Amino acid sequence: MVRPEDEVIRQRQRERARVTALLLAAFVVLLFFITIAKTGMNW
Amino acid sequence: MPTLELSNPAALPADWRDFVALTKPRVMSLVVFTGLCGLLVAPVRLPPVLGFTAILCIALGAGACGALNQWYEVEVDGKMRRTAKRPLPAGRMDRQSALHFGVGLGGFSVLLMGLAANWFAAALLAVSILFYVIVYTVWLKPRTAQNIVIGGAAGAFPPLIGWIAATGHVAALPLLLFAIIFLWTPPHFWALSLFVRSDYAAAGIPMLPVVAGLQSTRWQILLYSPPMAAAAVAPWLLGLSGPVYGACATLLSLVFLVLALRVAANRASEPSSMDAEKHLFAYSVFYLFALFTVLVADRFLPW
Repeated sequence: MVRPEDEVIRQRQRERARVTALLLAAFVVLLFFITIAKTGMNW
Repeated sequence: MPTLELSNPAALPADWRDFVALTKPRVMSLVVFTGLCGLLVAPVRLPPVLGFTAILCIALGAGACGALNQWYEVEVDGKMRRTAKRPLPAGRMDRQSALHFGVGLGGFSVLLMGLAANWFAAALLAVSILFYVIVYTVWLKPRTAQNIVIGGAAGAFPPLIGWIAATGHVAALPLLLFAIIFLWTPPHFWALSLFVRSDYAAAGIPMLPVVAGLQSTRWQILLYSPPMAAAAVAPWLLGLSGPVYGACATLLSLVFLVLALRVAANRASEPSSMDAEKHLFAYSVFYLFALFTVLVADRFLPW
């Protein structure tokens, strides 16, 4: 049986994991476009 | 098996919103805006994604400064009404998380700036972060009433970094933008510190009104305002911007000087009677936004 305290901690961990995943995905997309832009500039 | 006390919020993993609060988003908005203006007035056009990344790096660098500032000043923040509800003094986050977040964010912003824009801009971003954290927060702020005079340089870096991210070199105009913010910072902060003086005194921070008194601070505000106004109109006088900017900068600066004169004439010692100081503080934020907006508009619009 999961205690209410543990559930609060799990929920916060889930929220943080979700935000981290979103930020990482955004970073990957950003890196992709930076690479395209740099390639276009012939750097 | 030990149980967690939910009455102690620090026992929980910090909420992600508290990490956002740690970056001082309101301060960041001014930093992002001035950095963007520095980038936009530069004569070189970066591809939009690289320009966006450069501004993002400036924002993340500013966020790192905010986080490291709050990590270092947790005890001071706990003594001031204005800052007591921040994540660290309120006990919603442990200090080590704030330190790791700040260092990580700062390092990431510098690396990304180097990869996306150029390493000169990245180096300057690193210098500005270190200057804010070490020179201002750790060294000057708890020791001297001139803390924000020298420390103000940290907030003046963004337009310079924005320009260098675009061009790769320094020029007269971004140096003038640096000078404007550098000279604007003392009157802006001293106006604020006049009406929150008791907070700074309680926290033991030697802000000018605490150390030198109210009237001396009011005179210092008045003394700094003309050089700031001169720096504001200098881009026009030196032919680096057009007459529309010149006219707007002159008008905006004249209003600033009038408000600074009202502050100098005020003799009130109670914050409730410091309308002149509150008006100057509010106007100073508008002044910087308006000045930089007109500078960018002057560069792009066919007046």
